[in-house]
Amino acid sequence: MAFPAKITLAERASVAGRVVLAAGGGYGVAALATALLSLTLPLTRAEAVAAATLLSFAVMAGIVVFVFAQRSLLRATVAVTGLAGLLCLGLWLAMRGLTP
Amino acid sequence: MKGSFRQSMAWLHTWSGLIVGWVLFAIFVTGTASYYRPDITRWMRPELTRAAPLDAPALGAAAERAVTYLKEHAPKARGWFIGLPQPDKPVLDLFWRTRPGEPPGHAMLDPRTGTEAAMRDTRGGDFLYRFHFELHMPPLWGRWVVGICAMIMLVALISGIVTHKRIFADFFTFRRDKAPRRSWLDAHNVTGVLALPFHLMITYTGIITLALMYMPWGVTTAYKGDNQAFFAEAGWVTTPRAPANRPAALAPVGPLVERALATVPETLERLSVVNPGDANATVIAVFEEPHGLSHQHPQIAFDGVSGEMLEVLGDGLKPAAKTFTVMTGLHEAHFAGTALRLLFFLCGLMGCAMVATGIVLWSLARLPKANERAFFGLRLVQALNIGSIAGLPAAVAVFFLANRLLPVDLAGRAEWEIDAFFGAWIVAALVPLVRPQRRAWCEGLAAVSLLCLAVVAADILTIPGHPLRLMGGDPLFAWFDAAMLLLAGLFALAARKVLRYEAPRKEGKRERDMAQGPRPEPMAPSPTRAPVRHREPTHA
Repeated sequence: MAFPAKITLAERASVAGRVVLAAGGGYGVAALATALLSLTLPLTRAEAVAAATLLSFAVMAGIVVFVFAQRSLLRATVAVTGLAGLLCLGLWLAMRGLTP
Repeated sequence: MKGSFRQSMAWLHTWSGLIVGWVLFAIFVTGTASYYRPDITRWMRPELTRAAPLDAPALGAAAERAVTYLKEHAPKARGWFIGLPQPDKPVLDLFWRTRPGEPPGHAMLDPRTGTEAAMRDTRGGDFLYRFHFELHMPPLWGRWVVGICAMIMLVALISGIVTHKRIFADFFTFRRDKAPRRSWLDAHNVTGVLALPFHLMITYTGIITLALMYMPWGVTTAYKGDNQAFFAEAGWVTTPRAPANRPAALAPVGPLVERALATVPETLERLSVVNPGDANATVIAVFEEPHGLSHQHPQIAFDGVSGEMLEVLGDGLKPAAKTFTVMTGLHEAHFAGTALRLLFFLCGLMGCAMVATGIVLWSLARLPKANERAFFGLRLVQALNIGSIAGLPAAVAVFFLANRLLPVDLAGRAEWEIDAFFGAWIVAALVPLVRPQRRAWCEGLAAVSLLCLAVVAADILTIPGHPLRLMGGDPLFAWFDAAMLLLAGLFALAARKVLRYEAPRKEGKRERDMAQGPRPEPMAPSPTRAPVRHREPTHA
C-alpha cells in the first residue's frame, strides 16, 4: 500500500535504484549470456544462436525478479555485477578461442 | 525489498502492471482483433467478392501482369513482392522497396486485367495488426516500446503468480456481491488465472517474434551481425545472392509459377523478386505453411535470368530453429481452424479483461476515505483508465464506421480512417477529465455500445450485398455484425452495471454513511477468506 505522503526519500531512491539495476543489469546479463551461449553451446552455429536467443528473455525476467526480491539493493547490485563480470570473462575467453 | 518474497512480488506486480497497463490494454485489444485480420480486411473492402481459386496457368498469367506493372512503375526497386490472388483476397497485392529507410511502394491490381483494382482505399485489418506491435509510431520506436511493455508484462505475470498463495482456490472464487474491490480482485484473478497458460505463451512468443531486434547479440558474436547469413543457415530463408551489378532481362515468371506449383503441394502465397533486372536476380516462390504449429513457409528459389531451380526449402529445421518458428506460429495462430481461433480470440479478450480489471483495481484500492481528497495520481489513473478501457474500443468502432461512411472516392481515404480512429480516441480520453468519475464510466461504456450499433446499421444500409438485404450475400457481413452486436450488448451491460451501482450510493446510502462516519474499509476480512490472508495484502 503506497500513499504518497508516507514514502521517504530513501525508499524512493531504493526503488529507483532497483528499476535501473533490473532494467540495465537484467538486459546486460541477458545480452552477455546470449552472446556467450551462442559461441559455446555444443550445437551447430545457427542452432546455438537460436537456442541462446530463445532463452535470453527468460534470463532477463529471472534477473528482474531477483533484483526486486532481494532485501538490500547493495546485495542485488553485487550479485548482478558479479554475474555480469563472470559472463564477460567467459565471453572474452570464448572470443579469444575463436581468433587465436 | 521490505517483507517476504511474496510481498515484494505483490509490490512488483502492482507497479509494473500499472505503468504499462494502458499500453498493454491497447496491445491486447488490437492483437485480439488481429486473429481475424483477413476477415476484418475483407469486411472493410466490400467491393471484393470471394473468387474461385485460380489454376496454375491463370496464376502464372496473373504473376506476369504483376511483373509488367512493376517493370513500368518500379524499375529501380531492389525487391518486388507480389502477393498472388487467393479466394479470400482476389487481388494482386504488390509491394516494392527502392532504398532502405524509405516506405515501400504499394499497389493492388485486378489479376484478370493487370490494372489497379477498383475498391475503397483502406488499411483494413492491417492497421490494427500493425498497431498491435508498432502503435502507429515509427516502426523502430514502436517495436521497442511494445517490446519493453511485453517484458514488463512478463515480469508482472511471474510476480502475479508468486503473489498467489492460493492460485487454485482463487480460480473458483468470485464474490460478486461483496465489496466492489473484492469482486474486481476476483475478476482480475479469474481472467488472469483461467487463461494463464495463454497469457504466458502469448507474452513470451510475442517477444520472440521480434527477438533478433531486441537481442541481436548472439548474431553479433557468432555471425558478425549478418542476420541474413544466420537466417539462411537456420534454414528459414533461401541463400541470399548479392547483385552482380550487370543488367540482364528477367525470365518470364509464368512458367516459374507453374513449376513451383508442380513441386510443392501447398497454396502459393507470394513471389519475391530480389534484384530485378540484375544478372543475379532471384525469384523466390513462397507457399502457405503446411498444416501444423510451425510458422515456416516452404520456399523455392529460382535464378531470375536462367529460370534454373536453385534451392527448395521444406521443413528440415533443426530443433532450436524449429522452436523459434513454432513460437512465432503459436503467437500468430495461423494454424488455428474456426473453433481454435475462437478460443484464442476469447483468451485474448480475457487478457484485455485481465489488464482492464488490474488497472481499475489499482484505483479502487486507493479511493480516498470520506474525509480525504483524491490525490493527483489517482485522478490521472482514473481518467486514463476510462480513456483506454472505453476510449480504445470506441476508437476501433469509429474506425469501422469511417470505413462505411466516408465517401468511397475521397482522396487519402485510408489516412482519413486512421485520423477518425485517433480523433475519436482523443475525444474519448479528454471528456472523462471534465466529468465525474462514475458518470464518465457510464457514458464512455454506453458510447461504445452505441457506436457498435451504429457500425451494424451503417453496414446494413451501405452494403447492397449484405445477407440481410440480398439472398446469398456474403455471410462474412452477417458474422461481423453479429460480433458487433455482441460487443454492443456487453458494453451496454457494463454501462448499466455502473449506473445501477451508483444509484443507491447517491441517494440514501451515502448520507447514511456520512452520518455514521467513514464507510467501512472495503478490505475488511470476509467470512469466505481466511483471516491470515488479510495480513499479507495482495495486489494493493
